Amino acid sequence: MKEHIAPAIRVTLVALVFFAGIYTLLILGISKLTRGKGQGDQLTVNGKKVYANVGQKFTQDKYFWSRPSAVDYNAAGAGGSNKGPTNPDYLATVQARIDSFAVHNPGVPKTSIPAELVTASGSGLDPDISVDAAKVQVARIAKTRGLAAANIEQLIIANTSAPLAGVAGPTKINVLALNIALDNLK
Amino acid sequence: MNTDIIGLVIIYALTILLAIPLGKYIAAVFSGTTKRSDIVFNPLDKLFYKLGGIDPRKEMNWKQHLTALLVINLFWFVLAMLVLTNMGRLPLNPDGNPSMTGDLAFNTAISFITNTNLQHYSGETGVSYLGQLTLMLWQFISAGCGIAIAAVVFIAMKERTTKALGNFYFLFVRSCTRVLFPLAVLMAVLLAFNGVPMTFDGKATQISLQGDTMQVSRGPVAAFVAIKQLGTNGGGFFGPNSAHPLENPNYFTNMIETIAILLIPIALIFTLGHILQRRKLAWTIFGVMSLGFFLLMVPTVMNESGGNPAIAKLGIAQPHGSMEGKEVRFGAAASAYWAISTTVTSNGSVNAMHDSLLPLSGMNALLAMMVNAFFGGVGVGFLNFYVFMILAVFISGLMVGRTPEFLGKKIEAKEMKIAMVIALLHPFLILVSAALASYLFAHNPTVYAGWLNNPGYHGFSEMLYEFTSASANNGSGFEGLGDNTPFWNISCGIVMLLARFLPIIGPVAIAGILANKKYIPESAGTLKTDTATFGLMVFAVIAIVAALSFFPALALGPIAEHFSMH
Repeated sequence: MKEHIAPAIRVTLVALVFFAGIYTLLILGISKLTRGKGQGDQLTVNGKKVYANVGQKFTQDKYFWSRPSAVDYNAAGAGGSNKGPTNPDYLATVQARIDSFAVHNPGVPKTSIPAELVTASGSGLDPDISVDAAKVQVARIAKTRGLAAANIEQLIIANTSAPLAGVAGPTKINVLALNIALDNLK
Repeated sequence: MNTDIIGLVIIYALTILLAIPLGKYIAAVFSGTTKRSDIVFNPLDKLFYKLGGIDPRKEMNWKQHLTALLVINLFWFVLAMLVLTNMGRLPLNPDGNPSMTGDLAFNTAISFITNTNLQHYSGETGVSYLGQLTLMLWQFISAGCGIAIAAVVFIAMKERTTKALGNFYFLFVRSCTRVLFPLAVLMAVLLAFNGVPMTFDGKATQISLQGDTMQVSRGPVAAFVAIKQLGTNGGGFFGPNSAHPLENPNYFTNMIETIAILLIPIALIFTLGHILQRRKLAWTIFGVMSLGFFLLMVPTVMNESGGNPAIAKLGIAQPHGSMEGKEVRFGAAASAYWAISTTVTSNGSVNAMHDSLLPLSGMNALLAMMVNAFFGGVGVGFLNFYVFMILAVFISGLMVGRTPEFLGKKIEAKEMKIAMVIALLHPFLILVSAALASYLFAHNPTVYAGWLNNPGYHGFSEMLYEFTSASANNGSGFEGLGDNTPFWNISCGIVMLLARFLPIIGPVAIAGILANKKYIPESAGTLKTDTATFGLMVFAVIAIVAALSFFPALALGPIAEHFSMH
């Protein structure tokens, strides 16, 4: 056993330098060549940088709402609700979100509300909604902003991301990009 | 076919297409017959041997291999404890995160050296960047250790009589530098170019479009996520793991990360075929494992895509399936596929919250970990499967009335005893510890009320899942469980420790003992182990052990919850 102690310590320390140190620096160096220079993808809004992929809270009637978040879009402590599918408290929360949606969006039938608009995402920072989830909000936004519904629907089409390479994965809309476009609509 | 399903078909096809050549390459790495890559890696390995004070040509027997493995892991534990309990005062801590308490550090240190990556903390607030980097070190070397020990068993299974089973450090260093390192670099670069941050800056402050001030945690994420996925580690940089948009920003990164979960575990099966020169045996093993994977994965994808019946009763639409705890950019199907990939392999990373999976999906994730041999963790997954193969050989031998032989070696009482103990250890650890936790909770529900985030059957599932994950060295969780308490930290720590090292010691001992026995050439009376019949036999053994051991516990948790819904 004794003959294994020195190699164990020495190999580990070499590995520490190589995998925690050199590997990290290598990736750090290469990532400086990316668009975000290693910071991740950011947009400039009103002269300030924001993360393009980190979802934001949108609860005002004039914006497309993002999905509910168990952590209230806290990007320094992200997380999901971890509620089980049959938990009565959870189902009551979802019911309350449906009721609140109905109050803000009169005339929208309950059967056309997609579940992702009233269920919390895994990260609590979901940047996207589905096309269905955007469409059910058009009437409210058109009324609040005094715009024609057709213009807003046009905006939805323009901001829809197709599946990867047109074939793989869901169709989705980045809520932040959509709302920025909405603010720019004159 | 909808685009969600096409995505899964592409993911699976790419995984297999990459795993086959990778398996061949890993075989060359173990046998020292790599050629082109030697220009880069020979100097690197020599540096490791020289600075490490190792003679890579010194042959070891199975006991020496195990001693080397246990000694190095003991040092890793000490080092991990030191860093985790002191990182608050050490450099690279721009967000001012604290050091860990003793019990949390105990749990986290064991969790990372055992390749489990169960996390009773959240990355954003629970560790400094230095802490993250040292955890990343274990993501490399604990995986390398698993791969090396699988190589020892592969070498022992060759058709000859020997005590010499290669050199542990040689296999370990090469697994890290020539398998994990290049794959991790490639993957980290792909992630970085897709918007995964790689920075040592602390939190960013930004103003949202609605005018709220937000803080955004970040860090050296790209490097960390790559090895987390490749080495069946699974510990996330951020709390919500690969559901977090900075850890997994789009469908393309999700494809890469999903492929990375299964890549090395599958490749190692083909490596076995090359080393033993028994391709057909490798395909038989691959077939059995794939059967298990598909039987769990397909129903889970269908179940999640179909939506939650309890939500349907509220009268709203579920065109995209059950979305609680899931992300729109992946969709329900890719989240379900990931949930089974990560649990069959003991990876444990998640891209959706498993606590919010539908009851039967949660059960399939549990079953995947309860079997823990359909691909399994890098290296160690095969060791679990090896135990089941030994059991299947023995039972088949009894059925046809012959002395059981496996690859030309007689299996006798000693090997069988070890195999039985190891096969029963996993159910024993899970069921006893889950029973203990349930007793404590039921005995004093007010004191332990903080444990459970959900009432009833699902609450029991949360506790069962935690110990199943610990014992499978998986690391995923029903994260509603309030698990950062001394009870959970210490009990899970002990379970992870026993569940990592005993299932390594047992199979290595069996393989070592068998390797030293007289080789009996195949004859007409030899049980063929590379046939579909034998494959089904192994599958039956696995199904019977898992079903008989775990059905009662599953009936109390997910099955009861499922029927309560209808």
